[in-house]
Amino acid sequence: MKGLAIRNHRAFASGALFLAFAIFFFVAALGYPAGTVARMGPGYFPRLLAIVLAAIGLVVILSAMKPAAERQLLRKWDFKGLAWVTGSVVLFAALLFPLGLVGALFVLIMVSSRASSEFTWTGALANAAVLIALCLAVFVYGLGLQLPVWPSLLN
Amino acid sequence: MDLVHNLAIGFATAAQPANLLYAFFGCLLGTLIGVLPGLGPLATIAMLLPITYALPPDAALIMLAGIYYGAQYGGSTTAIVVNLPGESSSVVTTIDGYQMAKQGRAGVALATAAIGSFFAGCVATLALAALAGPLTATALLFGPKEFFALMILGLILASVLSSGPFIEGIGMVVLGMLLSLVGTDLNSGSQRFAFGIPQLFDGLDFVPLAMGIFGFAEIVKNLEQDDKLSLVTQKITNLFPTRDDFRRMVPAMLRGTALGTLLGVLPGGGAVLSSFASYTLEKKLSRHPEQFGKGAIEGVAGPESANNAGAQTSFIPLLTLGVPSNVVMALMVGAMNIHNIHPGPEVMTKNPTLFWGLIVSMWVGNLMLLILNLPLVGLWVKLLTIPYRYLFPAIMVFCSIGVYSINSGTFEVYEAAMFCVFGYVLIKLQLPAAPLLLGLVLGPAIEENFRRAMVLSRGDVTVLLTSPLSASLLAAAAIAIILIMLPTIRARREEALQE
Repeated sequence: MKGLAIRNHRAFASGALFLAFAIFFFVAALGYPAGTVARMGPGYFPRLLAIVLAAIGLVVILSAMKPAAERQLLRKWDFKGLAWVTGSVVLFAALLFPLGLVGALFVLIMVSSRASSEFTWTGALANAAVLIALCLAVFVYGLGLQLPVWPSLLN
Repeated sequence: MDLVHNLAIGFATAAQPANLLYAFFGCLLGTLIGVLPGLGPLATIAMLLPITYALPPDAALIMLAGIYYGAQYGGSTTAIVVNLPGESSSVVTTIDGYQMAKQGRAGVALATAAIGSFFAGCVATLALAALAGPLTATALLFGPKEFFALMILGLILASVLSSGPFIEGIGMVVLGMLLSLVGTDLNSGSQRFAFGIPQLFDGLDFVPLAMGIFGFAEIVKNLEQDDKLSLVTQKITNLFPTRDDFRRMVPAMLRGTALGTLLGVLPGGGAVLSSFASYTLEKKLSRHPEQFGKGAIEGVAGPESANNAGAQTSFIPLLTLGVPSNVVMALMVGAMNIHNIHPGPEVMTKNPTLFWGLIVSMWVGNLMLLILNLPLVGLWVKLLTIPYRYLFPAIMVFCSIGVYSINSGTFEVYEAAMFCVFGYVLIKLQLPAAPLLLGLVLGPAIEENFRRAMVLSRGDVTVLLTSPLSASLLAAAAIAIILIMLPTIRARREEALQE
């Protein structure tokens, strides 16, 4: 089957992503009544959209396998950078209430700084000090946002 | 004169000291983020949205608008001085602007960009004021089926004009619309795709989504590239263009302004498209096309006027029809919703002071930018020496606190982290995120109007094609799709949208 090889890996993966979302939404929408065209229920429009998205996904997948399709590989992924950045945000959310804003920001800045290839401890610590002071001034004292500033044990 | 009367109302609002201050603050902030690469108006507006809860609606919108057009100014400064477009709308300015700087004419290039932007800003403000009335009157004639058709046309055009294959852009629109259905269905009151998570009952908030995709995921991408800046460290002297410069730049400015004003109104248009189109036009019309790329002043004057005009006229479809033409406008919808203002023809009739105040503040803001920008060029350039490794944690901090403050809860922060991963997948697959956000913003209105149209027609789908207005709007959408499928146009589009 020479004609069916995946030539454009990028497009193939994009089409597969569309198809996966379409199936997910279609299956989930089966739980909602569809109604009729004149009296649409909550399930009608989602199913319609899911079918359209599935069709688009299939077209993209098929065009990625056409013998005339442009050859394109997936780009290289940088999981480390992604993990540092995403992880620091998750840690911020998890630590905000137990540690307070100052502690959570410190963790956020130190962890996310690791994502840079030019990371230095002194640089990151200095940056953390400046940014935490700035945030306290702007958000807590300036705008009066409701935020726990210090660890909950101290209050 | 209606127009004069309306502009007078606008001046009264825009000239209030508090509003002047917010316009100034927005312009300053916009210039700042325009200068800094890797931080666009989108992430900044998303970041500041929660803060605008506390402001009165007119002040909030005036400031957010200032950020958007201020960024066009700031982006051009770095494009000229260090060959680094701070904004995607100033990418073309690097071509000739940086060459001018290398020839010791950085000051002239900066002045050209500033004068061009100011002139375009004035014209676009007038266009906005003049077109608002008639377009709003048209929109008031629209029923559900016309609005449905209009939004479909807008989304199709936005996908046509986004980068990458058209079908993938449409796929992203549909995916965005599906995501917009999460939460309570207003007609039946039942929950959809919420899976029992109470925070999802109100729907997916687009701020965490925008922040995850355009804030966090962008950072991961920027960290991968790791390029170093090479600053042209020369004194910027001699701001004034010569008589010969003026002779060459004025026609380019006029053409750029006209082009930008037109393209800004188109859904999917706006600053980026306008600047590219203007550069192409100038090169085509020039008697010395060989000078382009070697410091032709038309290559700065045209695109810089066009991007500012486009940035401003892209407010027209939002304010009159309620259809955001690009992602920044989609965020403005969010800002208006926060204050319980629903963009569309009612804004002008129900909130005339807000409407005209916003328009006039754009002109005031442009004036501020002209004064603000030239003397501060040195400061902006210094800012660029801040290494990215210090800058990106700052962006992350502001984004995280911004997302938290939407509801004073951490759920949205986790949501943003999730969309960071999703955004990174999109970057790697080269799928455009802008159509996704437009679909997300327009999804509920499209469903609502579709359902209403079908109730009114008793389930007769053909009514969309028998009513002349909706039929012609849908026909325009179909023509756009057919055109994009033609091989010659497809090739030219790829060429034009390539960065």
